[in-house]
Amino acid sequence: MKSKITKLSINGFEHIVLVNPDETLVFTLRERLNFTGTKKCCDEGTCGSCTILVDGIPVLGCLTPTVRCVGKTIITIEGISSKEDLHPVQKYLVKNGGLQCGFCTPGVVMTAIPFLDEHPNANREKIKEGLSGNLCRCTGYKKIIDAVENAGKELKV
Amino acid sequence: MSGPIGKPTPYIDGVEKVRGQAMYTDDYKLPNMLYLTFLRSTESHAKIKSLDISSAKSYPGVVAVATGKDIPVSFGILPISPDETAMAVEKVRYNGEIVAAVAGKTVEAAQEAVKNIKVEYESITAFTDPHDSLEKCNLEEQIHPHTKDGKNIHKTAELRFNEPEKELETAKYKQTGFFKFAGVTHAFTEPHSTLAIWNGDKTLTVISATQVPHYLHKNLSKVLGLPLHKIQVQKPALGGGFGGKSDPFPHEMITAYMAMKTKQPVKCTFSREEVFITHHGRHPTEMSMSVSCDNSGKITALDTDIIIDGGAYGSFGVVTSYYNGVLLQGPYKIDKFGFRTRRAYTNKHQCGAMRGHGAVNPRYAVEVILDMLAQDLNMDPCDLRNKNFLPENSFTVGEFRITSNGVRDCLDTVRKKSDWDKRYGKLPYGRGLGIACGFFISGSALPIIWNRYPQTVVHAKLDFDGRIVMFSGASEIGQGSDTMLVQIAAEELGIALDYVQVEVADTKTTPVDLGSYSSRVTFMVGNAAKTASSNIRKEMAKAIGKEKNVSPDKLIFANSRIQTQDKSIDLSWEDGVEIAMAGRGAFVESGHYISPKLGGKYKGAGAGLSPSYSFGAFISEVTVNSDTGEVNVEKIWAAHDCGKALNPLAVEGQIEGSIHMGIGQALTEEMRYKNGQQMNPNFFDYRIPSSVDTPDMDISIIESNDPEGPYGAKEAGEGPIHPVLPSIGNAVYDAVGIRMMELPMTPDKVLSKLKEMS
Repeated sequence: MKSKITKLSINGFEHIVLVNPDETLVFTLRERLNFTGTKKCCDEGTCGSCTILVDGIPVLGCLTPTVRCVGKTIITIEGISSKEDLHPVQKYLVKNGGLQCGFCTPGVVMTAIPFLDEHPNANREKIKEGLSGNLCRCTGYKKIIDAVENAGKELKV
Repeated sequence: MSGPIGKPTPYIDGVEKVRGQAMYTDDYKLPNMLYLTFLRSTESHAKIKSLDISSAKSYPGVVAVATGKDIPVSFGILPISPDETAMAVEKVRYNGEIVAAVAGKTVEAAQEAVKNIKVEYESITAFTDPHDSLEKCNLEEQIHPHTKDGKNIHKTAELRFNEPEKELETAKYKQTGFFKFAGVTHAFTEPHSTLAIWNGDKTLTVISATQVPHYLHKNLSKVLGLPLHKIQVQKPALGGGFGGKSDPFPHEMITAYMAMKTKQPVKCTFSREEVFITHHGRHPTEMSMSVSCDNSGKITALDTDIIIDGGAYGSFGVVTSYYNGVLLQGPYKIDKFGFRTRRAYTNKHQCGAMRGHGAVNPRYAVEVILDMLAQDLNMDPCDLRNKNFLPENSFTVGEFRITSNGVRDCLDTVRKKSDWDKRYGKLPYGRGLGIACGFFISGSALPIIWNRYPQTVVHAKLDFDGRIVMFSGASEIGQGSDTMLVQIAAEELGIALDYVQVEVADTKTTPVDLGSYSSRVTFMVGNAAKTASSNIRKEMAKAIGKEKNVSPDKLIFANSRIQTQDKSIDLSWEDGVEIAMAGRGAFVESGHYISPKLGGKYKGAGAGLSPSYSFGAFISEVTVNSDTGEVNVEKIWAAHDCGKALNPLAVEGQIEGSIHMGIGQALTEEMRYKNGQQMNPNFFDYRIPSSVDTPDMDISIIESNDPEGPYGAKEAGEGPIHPVLPSIGNAVYDAVGIRMMELPMTPDKVLSKLKEMS
């Protein structure tokens, strides 16, 4: 397949990159552009670790062809983390112990932030549903749910 | 304690993890780095008749190709069973075994080149059922030449005390159960990954996702023929282990070999399918167990016969074989006790150590049988357990030394919190409560490879900047060991946490530690860290005492200051550091841990020995849908005796994570095979619980203050998984009256049991 010069907007900056038409966004980000904060865990759409925002919507980087993202706004975990202060979701994940090995964590952050934007009044049951696409093997989810709940409360203030 | 010990302390690496800045192995990239891919066997058991790598070698972008003959030295985590080679030599023993490796300038080139390798196999009878492996076979059918009597039995572990079989023959109250457990896998999120660098000074650096840098270091030396002092193993951020990264692996050997051969950095990262077939998870197990008791409910004897399906290679299997039996010696006092475990070699992915190593399945069996006995005696299952607990400061029948023991507190706590006495046996049909207890080692008292060194050494360094750096070989794998090191130094020196930083898990710069396995780190490394940092304090106190003309023991280190009680001396930490360093400069103090001499004199006495043991009691509440067969865990009350919670946030996290993993094994997880090939090597078909499967969790930390643990601490990472599964099994009985003897208890099994009953 013929590689294509592709223009991508990532975290507010334009990147020109040579991309295969069948290449996934997680591959382009990690292997070509060194955005290694996005994690590759299953590479087949089952775990949520590579969640990225495309035009504000969380997508799985391993199932999204890069060429489909031309002209769209891509935000990765690095984009969320470029500010000095942590986002409340990040802050409470640390504070409440909502991470252990940390490998699923960027995906959790990228799922929880748009989830809380959309569901500012979510209760625990709703939060569980919102996170159901993000597999975590360490925490048993309880402290992740605590963190998202606390972040939601803070964001409402 | 005035410092951070005992206070919930967020992980010191938490911020970089939530920002996506933590560097895991696959995140590293180096100039001229090559990518490694593998040709894997499509046969379960076969001779390699021919292997032609010539067209792969000449494929554009390929730099090197290797086969089993290039590195044929066998290795393994246990020195008694080094039965694996980096790549198959002459024959393959499981479907998916690595046969050849290609290093290419791009992943694509390496992947394409692999397709050009030609291999011809000659099939040999494949053994996929462990029962077949127990029978005699032809020499050429033997999976390994070293097994005895023409059978594919890797290990028979057997211990027997005071003739339990005699007691069981005549006992009035006796129950026998036949149990079957599917194999389960760790399913950590970060795939295996290794990066090897051949340095200009002819030394080798291996960065790898490993729980055991030290054992990897030793095995690399053996396989590559490189002296130990020319190898450095580093463990960067690591995305979960649970025992699944506690062996030295073939891909680590091959990556290192390729870096040596090509003089270029080489990286290998597995796909999720490769992670599944590399496995080393919990053994599929069949177990017949009998337990008897007298009419007061006192256990009189236990005997069990166990077959574990080891797969193609040894891994931790010899230890697993013993742990299946010996860890049944607690938390109940059983004087007539016996077991036999046979580990079969089969032509499947090898099994090894997984959270709760070896003891999870037999724990299920014994706790279910105790429930059955309580039923026979018309006795409350909590009361029956209470009658049988080992006392503190006692010995088990196999001479395990029991020191601190909070199991009674654990049981009383969950019994009260769950309102057990009012609710057990009285809930409506379809809803039930179940109790189970747990018992686990707090670090193995013996090293895997015998030596005369301490089990761990920690160095604490003080320098002009006032910073304490803790140097430890301990591997942070998400359990919080780095944070523990910082907490301990801050506690001993009375300084804020941010004065302390760590240098860890690098076999060139950190003193040797055996690794993160057998729940040893808090107990052993914690003790060493405490000594190292208190030695810094003593040195500082000596220097300050001399300069200020005060006895060193009058100096109090607290709140980042050094003072006398009357504040006649009142120094900032920095001023104290200045005085301590005068005329000598930066200095390092050392601490180490050596387990006391423990155990009996009989053969096998070393298995399961630990300087301390953890205990627990959990109650599960489940609902069972008798139409669909679905089991839901609604709530778990968990009480775990970890001696002293150095970091309650981390201890809770370990208990909650154990609940998650226990529910998975109890209800959904199963390595499914057909003719030796795994049928579900992905997260669609191998179902680990998701957030919606998470029950309410009520966690109680019980602190029995161990006399030898650091500040009284013992383990919390593995013990809490043991009570989870049987408490669910027993709750299902309370809900609908069926005994689930096979795990996972999938809806089809539940429905067929319900049908059987009606």
